[in-house]
Amino acid sequence: MSTHTESHDHPDDGAPHSTLKGYMLGFFLAIFLTAVPFWLVMGKVIPNAQTLAVIVLVFAAVQIVVHMIYFLHMNAHSEGGWNMLALMFTAILVVITLSGSIWVMYHLNSNMMPGMSHDMTEQQAKSLP
Amino acid sequence: MSDINAMPSTAVANNQDVEFWMKEDHHPANGTLLGFWIYLMSDCLIFACLFATYGVLGRSYAGGPTGAELFDLSLVAVNTSLLLLSSITYGLAVLEMQKNRRGTMMAWLVVTGLFGLGFLGIEMYEFAELIHRGAGPQRSAFLSSFFTLVGTHGLHVTFGIVWLITLLFQVGRFGLTPANKRRILCLSMFWHFLDVVWVGVFTFVYLMGVLP
Repeated sequence: MSTHTESHDHPDDGAPHSTLKGYMLGFFLAIFLTAVPFWLVMGKVIPNAQTLAVIVLVFAAVQIVVHMIYFLHMNAHSEGGWNMLALMFTAILVVITLSGSIWVMYHLNSNMMPGMSHDMTEQQAKSLP
Repeated sequence: MSDINAMPSTAVANNQDVEFWMKEDHHPANGTLLGFWIYLMSDCLIFACLFATYGVLGRSYAGGPTGAELFDLSLVAVNTSLLLLSSITYGLAVLEMQKNRRGTMMAWLVVTGLFGLGFLGIEMYEFAELIHRGAGPQRSAFLSSFFTLVGTHGLHVTFGIVWLITLLFQVGRFGLTPANKRRILCLSMFWHFLDVVWVGVFTFVYLMGVLP
C-alpha cells in the first residue's frame, strides 16, 4: 500500500515536465537578448562606452534568467526548493567573488602604483609618518 | 498514559483513509538530478573565479594587442548562435524522450553534437589564429586570463560532447531505460548550463572587451 498519490506512468525522478512552447519561447527570447547587444556593440549605436557596457550587462543578466527558467526549468518548487536554495547560495558567492575581486584589485592598482600619488601635495607627503 | 496511547489508534480506527499529508513540497524518488545540480553550482564557482580573474587582468595588455584589435565579433556571433541552436535541439531531444521516441530523440542528440562540434571548431580556429599572430596565452595577463576562461568553457563543451556520444551508444544499445533517461536529463542540465556560462563569456569578454 503506497501513500503516493501520483499515478504517472513514468518513474518519478523529480524531472521537470518540459513543453515545446516553453523551449520555443525561451529560444526566441534568447535570440532577441543576444542579437540586440551584438547589434549595439558592432553597429556602434551608443557612443558612450560606459552606458553601452551597462546595457550589455543588463541584457546578459536577463538572458541568464531566461535560460534558467525556460531551459534549466528553475522554479522555487523543483526538488523541494533545494535547487533554488543551492542557486541562491551560489549566486551570492559569485557576486561576492566578482565584485570583491574587481573592487579590491582596482583600488590596489590605483593606490599602490609607484609615482601615481598625484593627489598628494608636498606638504602632505612630508607629514607622513 | 493509556489516554496517550489510545488517541492515535482510535483516530485510525475511526477514519481508515485519513491521509497523513505533510505540508511540504513533493520529494523526488531519486536525488541524482539534485546532486548534479549541486555539481553544476560548484562548477559555476570555478567559472566565477575565472571571470573575476579576467575582470581584474582583462585590461593588462603589457604593451601587447588589445581585445578591440584581436576579437572578431562576427565569428563570436556565429559561435553564439551555434551554441544557442544546440541548446534548443537538446530541448527538442528531451521532448522526444518524454514521448518515448528513441529514433527522433537520437537524431536531435546527433544534431546537438554537430552544433557543439561546430562551436569547438570555430573556437579552435580562433585560438590558432590568435597564437599564430603572436597573441598566445604567454603574451600578456589579458591573454592568459582570456585563454584560461574561454579554454575552460571549451573544455567543458568537449567533455559534454564525449558524454553525448557515450549516451548515444548507451541509448542505442539499451534503449530509453529509466537510468538512460536520467542521464539524458543530467546532460541536458550540463549543456544548458554551458550556454548560460557562454552568455557571460560573450558579454563580459568579447562585447565588453572591444569597448574602449
